[in-house]
Amino acid sequence: MQYYAPKSFSEAIEISMEAKGITRFLAGGTDVLVQLRADILTPEVLIDIKKIPEVGDILQNSDGSWRIGAAVPGAQLNEHKDLKAQWPGVVEAMDLIGSTQVQGRATLVGNLCNGSPAADSVPALIAAGASVTIISPNGSRDVSVEDIPHSPGKTTLEKGELISAVNLPKRNTNGGDAYLRLIPRTEMDIAVVGCGINLSVKEGLVSDARVSLGAVTAKVILVKEAADAIIGTSLDDKALTALSLAASAACKPINDKRGTIEYRTHVAGVLAKRAAQIAYKRARS
Amino acid sequence: MSNIHVNTTVNGDEIGFLCDPRETLLDCLRDKLSLTGAKEGCGTGDCGACSVKLSGRLVCSCLVLGAEAEGQEIETIEGMSRDENLHPLQEKFIEYAALQCGICTPGILVATKALLEKNPDPTETEVRYWLAGNLCRCTGYDKIIRAILDTAADMREAS
Ligand SMILES: Cc1cc2nc3c(=O)[nH]c(=O)nc-3n(C[C@H](O)[C@H](O)[C@H](O)COP(=O)(O)OP(=O)(O)OC[C@H]3O[C@@H](n4cnc5c(N)ncnc54)[C@H](O)[C@@H]3O)c2cc1C
Ligand code: FES
Ligand code: FES
Repeated sequence: MQYYAPKSFSEAIEISMEAKGITRFLAGGTDVLVQLRADILTPEVLIDIKKIPEVGDILQNSDGSWRIGAAVPGAQLNEHKDLKAQWPGVVEAMDLIGSTQVQGRATLVGNLCNGSPAADSVPALIAAGASVTIISPNGSRDVSVEDIPHSPGKTTLEKGELISAVNLPKRNTNGGDAYLRLIPRTEMDIAVVGCGINLSVKEGLVSDARVSLGAVTAKVILVKEAADAIIGTSLDDKALTALSLAASAACKPINDKRGTIEYRTHVAGVLAKRAAQIAYKRARS
Repeated sequence: MSNIHVNTTVNGDEIGFLCDPRETLLDCLRDKLSLTGAKEGCGTGDCGACSVKLSGRLVCSCLVLGAEAEGQEIETIEGMSRDENLHPLQEKFIEYAALQCGICTPGILVATKALLEKNPDPTETEVRYWLAGNLCRCTGYDKIIRAILDTAADMREAS
């Protein structure tokens, strides 16, 4: 294995374009190192992005939107009071990942690019309408987060492409978000189901919403039918039941020791209801 | 590829070492710098026995490459006592018998010191969540938690 720590994105891309064999970027390393140690995957070329300027910064743009550098660890997100106040669902989702020690390293971008269908921060990012900035040999472009996951362990990024930052939209004053996951214990486990919801409320009615589910299909998905079920409602019991049915209907989960197909499908509906209620409350406060 | 030369600071001392790119910071601390306080319990980020501080953040040194230590500041359990004087946490762990085999102890002490620096007055729940990634097979945790809460109270009084 060869290790590089380039000082710029262009240098990082050059190294990855010229690399032969399996190439990986290294952010917090909490997936890369585990896979390396367990002999699941040893890259021939490892490109550490943490020496590139600005990857460790959280910036609010003048229009109120946010730019979170690719190497910002969860602990740093959690310490950022303004970001946490505006996007509590995103910050809480990231905070659920691993222990204090894992939080010192793990990043949003690594969580997304590892490609796990159960990645905790991804449903929250998709619900938030977040995008990522992709840098490639041909320049840079912004792509919606929901277009990055492809299948378990795979993303839509091509060779020579890397993510420089996560972009969160401006938080409107009447909006709120939430993320909930179910695990069989209170800490340190993989989601059986994860659900992220972001919505806005006008005069008591949900004016727009985005609902995303994790761990119930081969990749994290945006569920439009679930959002449609609550838009225009005051989140009354009828709307919550419709939301829950739509969320369950979107599930094509696996059967494993953490949860059967029936269980995951049911829990997706329950979590969607609860997450929507939290987001609604936050939107109105 | 040939070995990488890494310059870093460990417990305040500037240190250089050579490592294979696949070697973790934990391997380097233990095998190259003879700092064997950090332990390898799992090697996959689950147990916390390898906890160190890396430029101000608590991390698992088994999930950091030695090469990533370049230019960083590392604090290990070996830097916790000053000369012959144990840190108040260390003293209290002995007083409470908050350890049995001791494998988890360096990691728990490093992690707890980091907590008390951030939050000198944690609740029991906050201590337990902070230490969720530090596993102990022996003590059942109770003595550890009591030793920590008592140390925190003493340190607040002393300051
Ligand atoms: C003990 C433990 C507990 C965990 N618990 C959870 C949990 O509860 N929930 C959960 O979702 N995950 C969990 N994880 C998995 C992991 O911590 C997360 O997926 C984390 O967010 C990965 O981020 P990272 O920065 O460490 O990624 P890395 O390991 O650095 O990278 C992960 C992947 O992303 C790619 N990548 C990194 N940066 C870029 C970039 N800039 N551009 C393109 N590709 C890039 C890498 O090549 C690699 O394929 C846990 C891991 C451990 C060790
Ligand atoms: S050895 Fe690092 S967490 Fe277990
Ligand atoms: S004292 Fe033995 S593992 Fe904690």
